[in-house]
Parts: sequence; structure tokens; C-alpha cells
Amino acid sequence: MSEFFQLIVSGLSTGSIYALAAVGFTLLWQASQTINFAQGEFVMLPAFLVLALSVKLGFPLWLAMPLAIILAVLILGVLFKRLVVEPMIKHGTLPLVIATIALGVLLKEMVKEFYSPLGQPFPSLFPQDVVTIFGAVISIPDIANFVIAMGAIVALQLFLGGTRTGRSMQATAQNPDVAQILGVDIKRMVLYTFMINGALAAIASILITPIYLAKFSNGETLGLIAFIAAIVGGFNQIRGALVGGLLIGIIDNLSATYVSAEYRQALPLILLIVIILIRPQGLLGTSEGRTV
Amino acid sequence: MIRKLAITTVAAFALGAGAAVAQVKIADVAELSGAGAAAGAVWHDGVKLAVEEVNAAGGILGEQIELAEYDSQTDPQISRAMVQKAIDEGTYVLLGTVYSSSTVVNMLVAQQNGMPQITGSESPTITAKGNPYIFRTAFGAQKGLPKLASYLKDGLGAEKIAVVWANTEFGRGGYDAFMGLVDDFGFEIVADVPTEQAQVDFASDVAKVKSSGADAVFVYLTEEESARFLIEANKQSLDLPMGGDTVLISQKVIDLAGDAANGAFGHVGLTAEAPVPAIKEMAAKFQEEFGYGADHNAIKGYIGVYMIKYVTEQIGEFDREKFAETLRGLCLDAETHPGILMDTCWDETGEMSRESFLVEVVDGAQQITQTLPAN
Repeated sequence: MSEFFQLIVSGLSTGSIYALAAVGFTLLWQASQTINFAQGEFVMLPAFLVLALSVKLGFPLWLAMPLAIILAVLILGVLFKRLVVEPMIKHGTLPLVIATIALGVLLKEMVKEFYSPLGQPFPSLFPQDVVTIFGAVISIPDIANFVIAMGAIVALQLFLGGTRTGRSMQATAQNPDVAQILGVDIKRMVLYTFMINGALAAIASILITPIYLAKFSNGETLGLIAFIAAIVGGFNQIRGALVGGLLIGIIDNLSATYVSAEYRQALPLILLIVIILIRPQGLLGTSEGRTV
Repeated sequence: MIRKLAITTVAAFALGAGAAVAQVKIADVAELSGAGAAAGAVWHDGVKLAVEEVNAAGGILGEQIELAEYDSQTDPQISRAMVQKAIDEGTYVLLGTVYSSSTVVNMLVAQQNGMPQITGSESPTITAKGNPYIFRTAFGAQKGLPKLASYLKDGLGAEKIAVVWANTEFGRGGYDAFMGLVDDFGFEIVADVPTEQAQVDFASDVAKVKSSGADAVFVYLTEEESARFLIEANKQSLDLPMGGDTVLISQKVIDLAGDAANGAFGHVGLTAEAPVPAIKEMAAKFQEEFGYGADHNAIKGYIGVYMIKYVTEQIGEFDREKFAETLRGLCLDAETHPGILMDTCWDETGEMSRESFLVEVVDGAQQITQTLPAN
């Protein structure tokens, strides 16, 4: 029983980080019909920004991490929108999807070229201590990762529902034409969405990399899992992406332990197929209308 | 007159150029990217260091080595294509690959072309296929694991063992070799945990081991996966002795896993910490040249180049058939062949033997606990 509980907590911890990346998928889709297939690389890159700032430039870690988040907001938010999305979106969704795939490859190869193809150690923010709950040994980093990831998503929900800017962003997502008539600066709102995605990706990166190690290819796994999580939960709902991420984190742990370690990578895909067949809009998604 | 002068000048340049570029091409097909880069890139740096030394000392039979590198991307099929390309481009002897799953595929191409191949792979299957052109730089798991099993049994008194292994050619080789020892040593396998190449999350694997009631864990994974496993084991407070063969306690794994590597132990064929002056000297040069510590893969790559030099000089010509024939059954002593670092012998299958070591990671560094005789 303690093993089961431990697996659930560990799955929730990893799943909450997947959820951060999955939320990014839904945000960009809602704001600009962008399916960002470079999302995995968006989560891979900030860890290398932290390493570049701390190891190469000598910044202390407490400064390197917030600086990396700011850089991620600028590069993965502002620059991504200006240089990739705006020129491509006018040609339709498919060219934009291809452009994001190309961007993902570019980011991956750039990190490999300028940093290293080798995995790099990445410091954990938290002490490697454990607490015992119901006989299960739970690590502090697992608890902290879950709290921070969930905190970020709750803060985002509060921002979207409880502030004027957040409601303007929702209005932009639901009906940009009407939002513009009502005086909402929709370009600015869309830009904010991209910046939030950059910040979420950076937080996910800082939380997951101590477990994964910093490696140029990390985005391949993360991007796929986050995409599956977003579809399973509901591509047009933040809470759907959240549920999808947590679900995949838990299913991965339980299936690897109790079903088959060999087929663990296949199970999220099987889940995806089942969900698409039974409920195409996802577990919590809606088949009509859109909200941020 | 002008025509004569021009012809003479061109001829002189051609002769001069010919003399300057007298080179022998050696190809290194390695995992320079992909999941195996932690092994292949370090192996390649070891190769580069040795090539620089050999060239600075006059080359092989007076010819400078022209090193050609090919990236297998840790993909067996790409490695196969790269080996074919290296052969087509006229390599004298082939170095690489390090990952056994690639080597078992590409060694067939080398064999068909009569190409001597010096590999860093350690899967027992490599030398069990009757390929007369394959030669190791480190012995296969089947030679190292009995030493580790003996330590688990007699040194630690362990009887119940959890086995965590990579479900790849490399991992399968080590797994089979270890399982073959279970009856001999009276072990009970209480957890059998296969993992995937490039696996990033080991939470469930560690949980399985933890609840298995094992006395000790045998870990047979590649570099980055070993580090991730140790980090997760530390995170979940897995308080069991964790032992492996070569990779688990390698410098790369220690660098990646940090404090989580402390306490891990194992058998190593090669280590920069070995009490062998020639290895320490090589490791110091490596550190100076590349800015990071040499591990067993770096030493393997380094030795590979010197194998080519010494065997070629012994036969006195660049002849692939004679090279392979001579290396089978050859012993090289380190005193007269310093680049080989330790006295080494190869048998008829290309398998090798030399002294090895038991190692424990203490305060982030390898500590040699025992030197073991060649077997």
C-alpha cells in the first residue's frame, strides 16, 4: 500500500510538471490557434539558459533562475510570436505547425552545437530529504514540484478570472472580433498569452531538469507527453490540460510498476487513442466555443 | 624555358605535397549525438588525444594519422551506414562503436569487407559471433561480472538481489551474464526491472526495487540512465548497496549524479583512478586538453589508437588481413608499449584480458578498493 501511495505522489509530482507544458499548448491554441510542436524544446531550453548564466557567466543560482525565466518570456514568448507566429499564421494553421516543428529542431540542434550533446547535471532547488506519510517515503522535491506547478496553474486561473487583463485575454480567445469592438487590445492580449507560455515552460524546465538532467533531446519526450496530456484532458481547457498531465504522470508510474515496464511508453498513446474514440473533445474539453 | 620552369615548379610542388600528406586514414564511428553521446563523445576525445600524440611522435610507420569522424547518432542503422561510408572512404582500421546495440549491427559490414574493427562495446555477444576482425578495448561483461558477483556474495553477504538493467543489446548482454551467475553464487532475484534506452523517469523502477526486500541492487544501465537512477534512488532514500560493472561508477555518472553517486560500487576494467602511472598521466593530459575528466570510455578510445600503431609497426606494413591475424592471440606489455597503458592480451575471438579493479564512490570520487588479476 505504501508503494502504491508513493507511486501516486511521485506520479502527481511529475504529472504536474507535464501539466505546465500542456497548459501552454491550450493557451496558445486558444489565443491564436497555434499548435506549438516546439513546446517540448521550449521546456528544454530554459534549463540551458540557467546553466549558461550560472556555469558560464558565474551568476549565483538564485539570480540565474529568475533571469532565465525572464529570458524565456522574451525569447519563447515575444520573439516566438513576432518572428514565427505572426509571419506564418496568415498562411493558415498547417504552415505554422510546420514552422514550429522546424523551430523545435533548430532549438535542439543549437543547444547541441553551442552547449553539448552530453547530459549535464542540473541543481535541484530543494533539499533531497524525505518525509514519511502513511508508511510511504515521499521526497521533498516531489512535494515541492507539485506545489509549485499547481501553484503556477492556480495563479494563472486566478489571473485570468480575477483581473481585467485576464478577462480581456479570455474575451480575445472566445471572440476576437467582438473583443476588439469592445476596446480590447487583442494583439497585446495575444502577446501576453505567449509570454505566459514562456514563463510556464521555464518553470517546468527548472522543476523537471534535476530529474531528467539537462540534455538537448529532453524536449522530444516532454513535448509528446504534454501534447498527449492536452488532448486527453481537453485541448481547449486549462483544467483539462491539468487533469491530462496529472493522469499521464500517475498512469506512467502505475503501469510501469504493475503492468509492464516495457510498454510504459505506449500506454499514454493507447490512452490517447481511447479518448479520441470515446470522447474526441477530451475528458474536460468542450466541443464548442473556446475559453482560455 | 618558361614551360620547363613551370613544369619543374608544378612537379616540385606535387612531390612536396605528396611528402607532406603521407597519411593513413583511420575512421572513428562513434555516438557523437543521441542517447549514447555521454559514452561516444568521450571515447572520441580519447581517440583524438592518442592521434595527436602518435602524430607528434612521427605517426605510424612514418605516416601521419588522418582521423575521420562519423556520428552514428546512437542509431544502429545509421552506424551501419557510417561504417560502410568509412570503408568506402578508405579507412585502414575502424574504431568504434561504443554502444553494443550499434556494434552488433555494424560489425557485420566490417567483417564482410575484411576490415579490422576496434570497439569499445562490452556486450558478451560481440566476441561470441566468430567475427575474426573484431577486437575489444575493454573486456566483455562476462569477464567482469563474476568478480562483482563474488564481491556481492562474499564482501557484502548479499543473497537477495534486485536487478535493474537496460533493455538494449548492451544491457541484455550484462543481464544474461549476471543471470548466468545466479545459481553459482546462490542468489535469489527478488526484482527484475528492465528499463528503456534514454529513459528519463525512474520513480517506478526505484519503487519496485524498494519494495522487493533485496539485500543489494545490481545496476546495469548506460551513463545518463545510471545517473538518473542514482538520483531517483537518492530521492526515494533507497538505502541498499548499489553495484554495477564499469558504467555505474564511471566519472561521467559521478559528474551527473553528484552526491547521489556516493556509496555506489562496482567492478571496473579501466578507470582514471587506477593505481597505474601511465593511466594517471593519460588522464592528466586528457583533463588539460578537453577540460573534463577522462573516464573508461576515454581510456578505451585512447588505447584503440595505440593498438593500431603497435600492431601495424609489428607487421611493418598497412595490411588489414595481417593486422587482424597478428592481433588475435597477441599480448602487449605496457613497458615496451606505453600507449597500451596496462599489460593486455587478446584471444582468438578478439576478447581481451588484463588486470581490473573494484571501486567505490566516496565523496564524489572513485576509490580503488581492490586490484583484481586478469582472467
